[in-house]
Amino acid sequence: MAAERHDPAARRMDTGAMVKEAGATAIVVFALAFALVGLKTQDVPGGLAIITRFDDVFAATAIAFVGRMAIILLRVGRPRLVLATALPFAGILMFLLLSSRFLDPETGEKLARFLPFDSVVVNWVTTLIALGFAGRAALAIRHAAESLESLEEREKTMDRVGAQVQRAARYLGPALLLLAIVFPFMPIADRWLLDIGILVITYIMLGWGLNIVVGLAGLLDLGYVAFYAVGAYSYALLALYFDLGFWTCLPFAGIMAAFAGIILGFPVLRLRGDYLAIVTLGFGEMVRIILLNWYKFTKGPDGLSGIPRPTFFGLPFKRSAPEGVETFHSFFELTYSPIDRIIFLYYLILIMALATNLFTLRIRKLPISRAWEALREDEIACRSLGLNPRNTKLTAFAIGAMFAGFSGSFFATRQGFISPESFTFIESAVILSIVVLGGMGSQIGVVLAAVLLIGLPEFFRELQQYRMLAFGAAMVFIMIWRPSGLLAHREPTIRLWGRDGPAEAPK
Amino acid sequence: MLSVSGIHTSYGNIEALRGVDVEVAEGEIVTLIGANGAGKSTLLMTICGNPRATDGRITFDGNDITHMNTHEIIRSGIAQAPEGRRIFPRMTVMENLQMGATASDPQYFDEDVEKVFSLFPILKERTEQRGGTLSGGEQQMLAIARAMMSRPRLLLLDEPSLGLAPMVVKRIFEVIKEINKRENVTVFLVEQNAFHALKLANRGYVMINGRIALTGSGRELLANPEVRAAYLEGGH
Repeated sequence: MAAERHDPAARRMDTGAMVKEAGATAIVVFALAFALVGLKTQDVPGGLAIITRFDDVFAATAIAFVGRMAIILLRVGRPRLVLATALPFAGILMFLLLSSRFLDPETGEKLARFLPFDSVVVNWVTTLIALGFAGRAALAIRHAAESLESLEEREKTMDRVGAQVQRAARYLGPALLLLAIVFPFMPIADRWLLDIGILVITYIMLGWGLNIVVGLAGLLDLGYVAFYAVGAYSYALLALYFDLGFWTCLPFAGIMAAFAGIILGFPVLRLRGDYLAIVTLGFGEMVRIILLNWYKFTKGPDGLSGIPRPTFFGLPFKRSAPEGVETFHSFFELTYSPIDRIIFLYYLILIMALATNLFTLRIRKLPISRAWEALREDEIACRSLGLNPRNTKLTAFAIGAMFAGFSGSFFATRQGFISPESFTFIESAVILSIVVLGGMGSQIGVVLAAVLLIGLPEFFRELQQYRMLAFGAAMVFIMIWRPSGLLAHREPTIRLWGRDGPAEAPK
Repeated sequence: MLSVSGIHTSYGNIEALRGVDVEVAEGEIVTLIGANGAGKSTLLMTICGNPRATDGRITFDGNDITHMNTHEIIRSGIAQAPEGRRIFPRMTVMENLQMGATASDPQYFDEDVEKVFSLFPILKERTEQRGGTLSGGEQQMLAIARAMMSRPRLLLLDEPSLGLAPMVVKRIFEVIKEINKRENVTVFLVEQNAFHALKLANRGYVMINGRIALTGSGRELLANPEVRAAYLEGGH
């Protein structure tokens, strides 16, 4: 690709060829959009009716044509033309979109009819893409000598950025931690934000747990949510049948999940890569289906409700406690506030997640972690060095599962209600995405990816179905630009000269 | 020390070893030469238990290791530098050496690292470099060094000269000799580079189609007209 860009022949692309290429794109878009966009079913009295939106189809086709032309022009080194078109185009669209805000509504209404699409969101996306083209063109003009950065250069730059962020992680980590600690007491932290915080940290903990299995040991696990479910149900069932408290059950939940990890581990020891992924996927579904069908024990699809809330060393978070039990607020002589419990849950998951992180950071210094990494790289070599692959893999499965079990019991106590609905494959996929997106094996990468994948979509709930579209698009782009994850930069587990390395920096 | 008797090994329906007998005595360098596909590497791997022999018996120090697990065989004092080196490319040289010490007592680690660095001084300059960024010769040195980290009494080497420049091959063979003399490690060497291997070895075996066709001292085999015709003249 890079060679093609620097090839003068490619730069002298004649107008005919350009129009042909852009036209081909437009035809593809037209063919796709004709049925997908052009026809829409709608509820009318007496059944469904098909309404047409051909104006949108034509707008999409035209925009695809122009956009493709812009790509071609950028490729052949004519960024000025692109800038001159894209910037005014984006400007006009923005003006039309915002006109109703500052002009009188009637004129705004009239102007809005000139917008290419019916949907406000699609119009905004179009504007953003146009702005993107303008930005790209502006960059290209600045680096006029090499009209576009070559692919390798870009990769190198990104790697450098990744390494720098990793280095900054020394400060970034504590800074984020401090932010996480003071967060509940910041004025902006309302119940909604705290709930998002709890959700994000839960996924960070799950990501860190899975990172041990996928990131360090390299065992692709598509059924991680099964262990989360085992943890959640262990706590819920123990609490409901034996009347045990959260803190008593927490270790049990971890042990049960670790045990499930070993049970899964044994049959799949011989499998690798794709095969392992398929079996773990099946295992995840099995657990869910057992929970769904074992009605007498798990209440199946009805789920388990009335799971006890956690207590603060025996002090419940309630307005009024039964006889003989003191509540949290009366013990500390505070006025009762329902948000206390949320803040407590927030700190609970924060501490659990930090414990996971601490454990991982410690274990990375131990031979077992090195053995996991070596096993990921070359199993045959490991055997020839006297490593027992079976035990090594089983520990990875068991430890990863244990942390899922812990966070599962947190999930149960937080929700107060669990059902198999919460443990579908998509959860496994999201957790795995967090690990892969963050850069396998990178702890801070998991944090960034979890904020990106879990936090941001919560903020953009208003965008409805486009939310998941953006989620998908973000994943695709990250995988194109950073195939090894946002922060893929592995730190050796042992150094002789400290962090700054010897005089001649090792590559 | 190592005694292989009547070993058969198959890959599916194909029998790669058809009754192989090999003896390696303590302190020796023994080499096994033969053409591509003769079964040399299979024999080394069978000694390590992967793949398993379908028939026959392998003993090490008088103990039957035929049916032991690979990691148990390695822990009993055999180390292997596998074919194609198989170092861990994304781990540093030091980490590779640590992996090599998996089977040995951690208290010897520092001492052993010094020992392999004295055998391969170049590795000392490269401790923090990733294995994959080393040159072919350095990777081979790392593979041997890594095998030495388990404090073996018997070292199995699978084609250490593969794909290396003649100068580097010479250096590697010197170190093998040093390992044998200075560290008192018995060496069983599988090679295609028959000339160097036979010159180095006390004794040699020639393998053809999964069977031992000839055996003798290194000198005898070097002088043997059949060996010369098949493996020395015209070839190397």
